[in-house]
Amino acid sequence: MNEKVINNPLEDEAIYIFREVAGQFDKPVILFSGGKDSITLVRLAQKAFYPAKIPFPLLHIDTGHNFPETIEFRDQLVKELGLELHVHYVQDNIDAGNVQEESGKYASRNMLQTDSLLQAIEKHGFDACIGGARRDEEKARAKERVFSVRDDFGQWDEKNQRPEVFDMLNGRIDFGQNVRVFPISNWTELDVWSYIQQEKMEIPSIYFAHKRNVFERDGLIWSAHDEYVFRADDEIVTEKVVRFRTVGDMSCTAAVESFAFDIDKVVEEIKASTISERGARIDDKRSEAAMEKRKQQGYF
Amino acid sequence: MEENKNKVLKLSTAGSVDDGKSTLIGRILYDTNSLTDDKLEAIERSSKLKGNDYLDFSLATDGLVAEREQGITIDVAHIYFSTANRSYIIADTPGHVEYTRNMVTGTSTSQVSIILIDARKGVIEQTKRHFFINNLLRTKEVVVAVNKMDLIGFDQEQYNTIVADFKKMIEASDYKNQNITFIPISALHGDNVVNKSKNLAWFNGNTVMEHLENIRIEDIQEDAKARFQVQTVIRPKTDEFHDFRGYAGKLKGGELKVGDDVTILPSGRKSQIKSIHFFDQEYLSASKGSSITITLTDDINVSRGDLIVKSEELPKEGKQIRATICWMDNQPLAPSSTYFLQHGVKLVKSKVKSIAHKISTDATGAIEKVDQLNMNDLGLVEIQLAQELHFDAYGENKGNGAFILIDTKSNTTAGVGFIE
Repeated sequence: MNEKVINNPLEDEAIYIFREVAGQFDKPVILFSGGKDSITLVRLAQKAFYPAKIPFPLLHIDTGHNFPETIEFRDQLVKELGLELHVHYVQDNIDAGNVQEESGKYASRNMLQTDSLLQAIEKHGFDACIGGARRDEEKARAKERVFSVRDDFGQWDEKNQRPEVFDMLNGRIDFGQNVRVFPISNWTELDVWSYIQQEKMEIPSIYFAHKRNVFERDGLIWSAHDEYVFRADDEIVTEKVVRFRTVGDMSCTAAVESFAFDIDKVVEEIKASTISERGARIDDKRSEAAMEKRKQQGYF
Repeated sequence: MEENKNKVLKLSTAGSVDDGKSTLIGRILYDTNSLTDDKLEAIERSSKLKGNDYLDFSLATDGLVAEREQGITIDVAHIYFSTANRSYIIADTPGHVEYTRNMVTGTSTSQVSIILIDARKGVIEQTKRHFFINNLLRTKEVVVAVNKMDLIGFDQEQYNTIVADFKKMIEASDYKNQNITFIPISALHGDNVVNKSKNLAWFNGNTVMEHLENIRIEDIQEDAKARFQVQTVIRPKTDEFHDFRGYAGKLKGGELKVGDDVTILPSGRKSQIKSIHFFDQEYLSASKGSSITITLTDDINVSRGDLIVKSEELPKEGKQIRATICWMDNQPLAPSSTYFLQHGVKLVKSKVKSIAHKISTDATGAIEKVDQLNMNDLGLVEIQLAQELHFDAYGENKGNGAFILIDTKSNTTAGVGFIE
């Protein structure tokens, strides 16, 4: 028998938040991208409800431009934990003419995810969407609440947020509204990696150094995957040893050169890093207020 | 350091407009190498655009578009950094007169308060307000940073006067259990923030960061009784755990052990702790802050919101409470209005019976008769509850002595209360 439960304030807080979701909402869902943050969420949810199963399904908004490794990983995890997975495809929305695909050099389906997410929420009647966003990622996210109320259109009203005092979470909403929940709000990128290391969690292989065909643009390394990522004729493909720090849509996620082949090396690398995680997210470079604008429109 | 692994220290900052709070935070981030190259580049770019000839570190924290336009912080922002020793979370709260609610919000989640004073202005109305709110929330560890020392020629005498003025406030305050540390700094130039200042050689104390690094969590934790509020009941309904019935929650205060005699409230039923679980492991005990699952020796009905306590440490109970309220909503609080009162995770219908008085937030805490409380007002109120509440005075147990009031129509969090 173990002596005393060891406190880990960030983990305890996240578990507390998950249990509040179970206590306050009828139809919660975990937004799952297959990235490290959402994998961490699933781990925390497991801990929150053990020995019962995680009482929420997963929802993946699939841009169609995924890294195949991520999708494989997702399906494996869902199977292992016996979870229900909903997938909504951005492609369906494009085909139906609801949204228009971007074109040109920086074309990405990242923005198009918002419409699919809102449709999924409406279709299934989800009242709480649990996501892996962290406040340290970006300036606008630094002001995000743990329970963030969205209106029928998924909009975030940053000037009219509910104050969150102590650890009391107010999830009361009207019909049609929903709440975005961020259990790892207070975690940093390093906290997530250290947790993955500590828990010996499996993560998709693209987070570790591997050989990949890439090309350079604007000082960033892009995956040479011509089917999804626009590449000009003068942008020359070379093979490099790289890894990804963040995994989103292939068209908006840049790689970094790295020889971190295992989790210990990744944690070392993050500790020494002088570039923020989102520095490799092309979608945030569009303008200084890019994230804030996307959030107001209902983006995660 | 292994002993501080997984340790976090939560800070909040309070200061008036232009006291340099954001600059202080930016400076801490810069001098602890917590600003990444891309963030630093963005700051350099923006500073140049604004025509500054120095780096404007406040840009590291001022997040929202409206803020950048107005050059002020309008909401609580959270900033993260770490040293080799531990992680820090700063709740950056604005210093405007009208933003009391934000300061209460930011202070409610932090263990250390940093109060900024502009050395040119000394202790002013707003300093008193910040200190008052600090005391209302019973923040034990306070750092008073006297900023902009460069603008008064790093003058020791002026600094001493400010410290003496602040000490007068401390004497007048009713909360005595604090550790208050004074530090002269210049956030803009980095004096005594992380690195010792040559300009302030007359000051023998620690820099702000040195001081923070030396704070021991054990020293600033409140000494409270064990309160375990059930968030959700865990019933796996699988073959392996067929009869498992666990109560999941986060322990507020104290310690619980297997074998403890406990009372479940409101039912008053008695039982014993059979087991304590964290994930797939069993433990003999758990202490404050742990998100655990417990089982009891008796098969009794326990549901969300119920409070499990040691039988020899019963809390107070009642359908009427007196509490200091900080009002946070545009819609004023008027007597005889009904609200949902959320006490931890328990929701109870409630009615504000009367407002005894409004409390001025200057150091005097002067009281005034009023008909209603407006946003950012503090007041003492009587609340009538639809069901018995099991609580402690806020001063005895913060987690079991605070509540929020939720507007029944808009659902917004309209106020926060501290039970007497």
